[in-house]
Amino acid sequence: MDLLRFATAGSVDDGKSTLIGRLLYDSKSIFEDQLSAVEESSRRRGDAVVNLALLTDGLRAEREQGITIDVAYRYFATPRRKFIIADTPGHIQYTRNMVTGASTADLAIILIDARKGIIEQTKRHSFVANLLKIRHLALAVNKMDLVDYSESVFHRIVQDFHEFASRLDDIAEITAIPLSALNGDNVVEKSDKMPWFKGPSLLYHLETVYTGGTENHVDARFPVQWIIRPQSQEHHDFRGYAGRVAGGVFKPGDTVSVMPSGFSTTIDKIHLPGGKEVPEAFAPQSVVMTLKDEIDISRGDMLVKANNPPDVGQDVEAMVCWFSQKPMEPRGKYLLRHTTKETKAIVQELRYQVDIETLHKKEGVPTLGMNDIGRVSLRTATPLFHDSYRRNRLTGSFVLVDPGTHETVAAGMIV
Amino acid sequence: MLNYQLNHLDQLEAEAIFILRETAAQFQNPALLFSGGKDSIVMAHLAAKAFWPAKIPFPLLHIDTGHNFDETIAYRDAFTEKLGARLVVGHVQDSIDKGRVKEEKGPHASRNALQSVTLLDTIEEHKFTACLGGGRRDEEKARAKERFFSHRDDFGQWDPKNQRPELWNLFNGRHHPGEHFRVFPLSNFTEMDIWMYLQREEIDLPPLYFAHEREVFERNASLLAVSPHITMLETEKPARRLVRFRTIGDVTCTGAVESKAATLDEVIAEVAAARQTERGTRADDKRSETAMEDRKKEGYF
Repeated sequence: MDLLRFATAGSVDDGKSTLIGRLLYDSKSIFEDQLSAVEESSRRRGDAVVNLALLTDGLRAEREQGITIDVAYRYFATPRRKFIIADTPGHIQYTRNMVTGASTADLAIILIDARKGIIEQTKRHSFVANLLKIRHLALAVNKMDLVDYSESVFHRIVQDFHEFASRLDDIAEITAIPLSALNGDNVVEKSDKMPWFKGPSLLYHLETVYTGGTENHVDARFPVQWIIRPQSQEHHDFRGYAGRVAGGVFKPGDTVSVMPSGFSTTIDKIHLPGGKEVPEAFAPQSVVMTLKDEIDISRGDMLVKANNPPDVGQDVEAMVCWFSQKPMEPRGKYLLRHTTKETKAIVQELRYQVDIETLHKKEGVPTLGMNDIGRVSLRTATPLFHDSYRRNRLTGSFVLVDPGTHETVAAGMIV
Repeated sequence: MLNYQLNHLDQLEAEAIFILRETAAQFQNPALLFSGGKDSIVMAHLAAKAFWPAKIPFPLLHIDTGHNFDETIAYRDAFTEKLGARLVVGHVQDSIDKGRVKEEKGPHASRNALQSVTLLDTIEEHKFTACLGGGRRDEEKARAKERFFSHRDDFGQWDPKNQRPELWNLFNGRHHPGEHFRVFPLSNFTEMDIWMYLQREEIDLPPLYFAHEREVFERNASLLAVSPHITMLETEKPARRLVRFRTIGDVTCTGAVESKAATLDEVIAEVAAARQTERGTRADDKRSETAMEDRKKEGYF
């Protein structure tokens, strides 16, 4: 069975929790004791109907305030596919949580209230999904029951979205579906209320859409994570390089260069965890490689193919989303974590901030605060071996860590 | 191979292996929490695979409440020997004897809550900087929001509102002296994935997971095992039934279900048809709506 990871963004008002509750409930992923616990708390709170949002809003503060604060991960499976939902809050003050949830998603569901059409929030969610290079968007035009299941309302919304989406870049596919999460129309089953709609139900679309995953299978990249040296009688000379393939395909016999030393060697064997030998390894497999020559290699180094090297340098341009309450310090020094490597970095310049409500660029701003997104240039203490984020999510992404508090303060995507 | 797609179990395995190796690389002194339950068995199996052909570079840590099923302890000892792993045991009884905790009284007494103190004491004694746990996000609503690398402050507490963001493959385990981390490599496994993985990897399980005859009695709609560790009320009557356990914790709070599933295939068929979550049989979760979040804040697994 294959796996689809998708992200949703929205608040209770959009019917996001109802939609997720419906997907879980109708695919029989909610159990009786969970449902009875939710019925019990709905009753205690005096809610008129069973509040499916209580299934997803798990933290005390969320239940008390009736909002989603943090990213929650949910799981369900159908006979066709297994799904992981990154369920994120929709409000502007939780943009950072949306960015987090989107970072590992293949597809994003953009929720639209049919009565309101394309609003600022729709644009913001689409922008974040696009920034994180989610190339498949499902437009869930919800609350169709409140606009009399009108075909013309749906078509106008889709047209408006297409006009806006022309400003986004690198979208592979947009599928729009009119639905009512509350009544279950077009969520799991096709609805007879909208015979004019010839497309699939949302679940059928999620089950069948081909995304090809987010991995790069072209540019060979192997960040070394851990060196395995058993030092036992049986494996006396064994020296294995463990890690997760971050791009491309590696085979025994391939000539590889080691960054940063530049030495060249040949792959001897590739083992899966537990020892099974395989003829090739590709992203996102975790493997162990042995090499023909003894070279000094440590964690943070990268094996690549000599004819297709990554960019190497101490100056990177990146889009960053700021996570910390403490704003970015101009010329501030941070620890930068990229693949399995950590190095120091200094913010050289904040080029501009993106106003995430209008999507306009604001130049001349002094700093980025929590949830702000902007473009910066950074200088690192040692060279990074990187690709553009657009080309490879794993070698094109990094986080910044505050050297004093050790908190993760920002996420970055290399331009 | 023409198709560079991994099936879901391979993807989950690759992710868990990455997290296990990352834990070894980022922390001075990690330990793997081993309870003898199926999740920690899968986690230890993955750890053995992650560092092959070397041994697991950290010990297994068992917090022994003294209220375990005998089968659990027998399995634990055989399993760690087979893996060639080092085992560290922290005893709740020691915490009670030292006066660190007070035993609960009455028929519902459980040592479940006391474990947190023993765990934190053991972490401090051995100076563990990270503890690998078998927790899964599908288990419980507070766990759905937990990170792979979950930060604990000086007091071992979890602050759910101030968690470090985790993006892509980037995990931040930096910490100050005295702080430590809980790491959950199985975060994205569901109960079904665990069973399917156990089947695929042909991992032996303790016999408690399969249908067997046992003296049990009913309490709060669950079946509890008759045991010297539980005081039965006068109204509660023991009976011999064919049962199995879906999770394994203490004798005092782990309920059995009636079942005829005697093999892994039969258990999987039963799990697929189940309409109750596995934690539905755990009395420790039923104490309040946010029981798990509250216990986790205190330093629970």
